[in-house]
Amino acid sequence: MEAALGLMRRMPPKHTETALSALLSLLPRHSSDLLSQVDQPLQVLCDIDGGKEFILCEYNRDADSYRSPWSSKYHPPLEDGTQPSPELRKLEIEANEIFAIYRDQYYEGGISSVYMWEDDNEGFVACFLIKKDGSKTAHGRRGYLEEGAWDAIHVIEVGPEEDGTAHYCLTSTVMLSLTTDDESSGTFSLSGSIRRQMNMDLSVAEGHLCNMGRMIEEMESKMRNSLDQVYFGKTKEMVCTLRPPAEITQMRMPES
Amino acid sequence: MAEEDAPEVELSGEQKKEIAKWFLLHSPGGEIQYVAKDVRSVLDDDGAYGEAASEAFPAYNKAQMICLDMPRGMGEVLITSFGELEENQFLDPRTAQVGIVDHVKQVCTDARPATDEELPSPYIEEFRCALDAEVLKYVGEAYPKGVCSVYSTKGKDVEGPGSDFELAVVIQAARNSPQNFCTGSWRSVWNIEFKDDIQILELRGKMQVGAHYFEEGNVQLDTKHECKDSTIFQSPEDCAISIASIIRHHETEYLGSLEYCCDAMNAGSTEKASSYSHPFPLA
Repeated sequence: MEAALGLMRRMPPKHTETALSALLSLLPRHSSDLLSQVDQPLQVLCDIDGGKEFILCEYNRDADSYRSPWSSKYHPPLEDGTQPSPELRKLEIEANEIFAIYRDQYYEGGISSVYMWEDDNEGFVACFLIKKDGSKTAHGRRGYLEEGAWDAIHVIEVGPEEDGTAHYCLTSTVMLSLTTDDESSGTFSLSGSIRRQMNMDLSVAEGHLCNMGRMIEEMESKMRNSLDQVYFGKTKEMVCTLRPPAEITQMRMPES
Repeated sequence: MAEEDAPEVELSGEQKKEIAKWFLLHSPGGEIQYVAKDVRSVLDDDGAYGEAASEAFPAYNKAQMICLDMPRGMGEVLITSFGELEENQFLDPRTAQVGIVDHVKQVCTDARPATDEELPSPYIEEFRCALDAEVLKYVGEAYPKGVCSVYSTKGKDVEGPGSDFELAVVIQAARNSPQNFCTGSWRSVWNIEFKDDIQILELRGKMQVGAHYFEEGNVQLDTKHECKDSTIFQSPEDCAISIASIIRHHETEYLGSLEYCCDAMNAGSTEKASSYSHPFPLA
């Protein structure tokens, strides 16, 4: 399993799906582990009832059907598909509404979904997802054709309440893909994913959603900063290490 | 989460081999040995792995243009399709040696002098050698850890003026820092057609840059660029100077546009970030 995850960290992100399906066929007994630990670009279905789109992931899947967060119905229809308890479903509905507002404010578009389910430890797990397909719009500088996609997955494990506080464990993954195709620089493709974790014990006085919301917001902002450093900073650094810009070569600077 | 009904279909040896090959061929530059270790473990079938490795490694080594040391301090040999004499024998035109290579271990196990048939004619060698010297100079200045080679690719037996011929310039630079979780590679290939009848040289360059960062995830850069240029047919030394200067010009320009790309994308994605000051609606 460790070897499988090692492979996923090295294969080109563009080929994540192929790599994952190859691993699934080699290691069928590890399929649920693989599917939950390997990040794939998010896909979307349309809820027939509301006409709204929702995001597909392992957390709303049962057999080959996916549960919509809007109607809680499975697509394609599934008899006896797993459902959250009525109480949890209420929380889930509220979370979806609020998260949609958050998504609109920060991303000005895109699709969001929240799924919740009870876990074995008397707590529950919530999964917040965002999918934003990049626009070939204002970011077209100097005639660049830019395509970008941002997928974010935030999974929060909420422990049982004890003395008015609960333990929250957030694991976040952001997958980003950027491509430009232009005259002077040919094809330029930068893609990949980063994963981070955050653990907190918080008072439940203001409710779970408030706590989870704060954690996600903080995490997303940290990850945006990492993206700058990792995606663009490190990449640029590597390119310049391979072949330093002309000004430096004249001075013959010692390279590390 | 629902339970997976995993179909227990046993893959055939051939299928396993193809999968292993796919993983090996898609390894980022400088990482194939790590990938190989993981593939072997996941495949759990040494026979299929062995076959996959024997097919994948040669292709990978040539695509990545890896550089191997020849034994007894005889220099280095670049593994490229231009220098391939047989599947495991590669010519180094600079030293006129042929390296014998173990692809899977990625080492040069032996070397022998090249035969006259394997080397270009003296006429061609004049051009090749002059260009090699100029390119070496350029690569030494521009790339901290670059290697290069110049091959005669067409018309290597041309005896004198009156016929066309072609040379290929190969430049490779790689940085592998597994302890820092990052690797990168620069590869450029320049094909130069010497057109005797119209006394023109036509150059076609292909540059490829890759980078991989994998500390807390998996981020990869993959870029390609092609360009063309031309110059007049002159003496070997003058051709060499002219060609090297064209290569230097285009590669410098490409590096500049890569930097620009990174900066532009960076600004583009964080432009929105700076407007992120709204607290979560509930809070």
